[in-house]
Amino acid sequence: MGPDHDARNTRQAWAIAHIFAAMSHDHDHHHDHSELSETELRVRALETILTEKGYVEPAALDAIIQAYETRIGPHNGARVVAKAWTDPAFKTALLEDGSKAIGTLGYVSRVGDHLVVVENTPERHNMVVCTLCSCYPWEMLGLPPVWYKAAPYRSRAVKDPRGVLADFDVTLPKDMEIRVWDSTAETRFLVLPMRPAGTEGWSEEQLAELVTRDSMIGTGFPRKPGAPS
Amino acid sequence: MSTTLAAAATAAIPSIPRDDDGPVFRAPWEAHAFAMALTLHERGVFTWPEWAAALADEIKRAQAAGDPDTGETYYLHWLATLEGLVARKGVVSAETLHRYRDAWDHAADRTPHGKPIELRPEDFG
Repeated sequence: MGPDHDARNTRQAWAIAHIFAAMSHDHDHHHDHSELSETELRVRALETILTEKGYVEPAALDAIIQAYETRIGPHNGARVVAKAWTDPAFKTALLEDGSKAIGTLGYVSRVGDHLVVVENTPERHNMVVCTLCSCYPWEMLGLPPVWYKAAPYRSRAVKDPRGVLADFDVTLPKDMEIRVWDSTAETRFLVLPMRPAGTEGWSEEQLAELVTRDSMIGTGFPRKPGAPS
Repeated sequence: MSTTLAAAATAAIPSIPRDDDGPVFRAPWEAHAFAMALTLHERGVFTWPEWAAALADEIKRAQAAGDPDTGETYYLHWLATLEGLVARKGVVSAETLHRYRDAWDHAADRTPHGKPIELRPEDFG
């Protein structure tokens, strides 16, 4: 950055870097350093310059992107969950090695090497937090919601998971255990929610419609049959 | 207000990939490229007809060069259009773009796997 840029623009550029951090994970190779695709480099370059020159406000840009946060990425997570609900052998394989099992499906071209699937049961509810935002499995879930990256959510989720869940209108029986999984650089988590009652005989496609992003983070439940999508 | 902006864009540019509820993106960077065009239009850098013509040119060029035109490359053309238009309008030169691209590459290279990548002054060699 040249000397003609004031500190504010530099801060904005750095803020952009953090926004982009959510998509910087290298899924295809193991390296000890980060890697960006040629396209990502060009997008970052343009966005940084436009910000420094004052053509683009990161907050305004973020607002546009957030408006589409649930519409980015292939959203394979719902299909994976629906398959696990209908295919016991796949479910076993998925819980054993998430990345490997998802890789066998063929339609997921990029999934992290260490995607761990944790199963919700009548006794235990799982919830995922991320302290390093580069580790969110957006190919599975689409973009993370804003609150997911917010420091208050992350710290409260660890200290007071029941309280955080209550904020999302998720109330669980008192004796149900809640496990909080903290994503790291190497391991990312996907919650396998419980299959809703009243869906006996449903096809995978029908079931996938019920699987919400929040249910795969553990801050929500799948839709109930008949509820509006 | 961001969805109003987007509605104007999708009305003006019929080729934008979408479903019944609006634009869809295959990857986060596509949404960033989309949002940058919306913002620059809002700033008056170009009009939508101007954008549509530039994008059509870009797609024609790509097809002539062998682009399969399956829709998967749509936002690559979109990004190339952005880069071309900002250069033509004197907003950002191709040379500056290249310098920043290299700086981001340098930043990624020195950032340990899994950490947020930040651009620092020393990344500009």
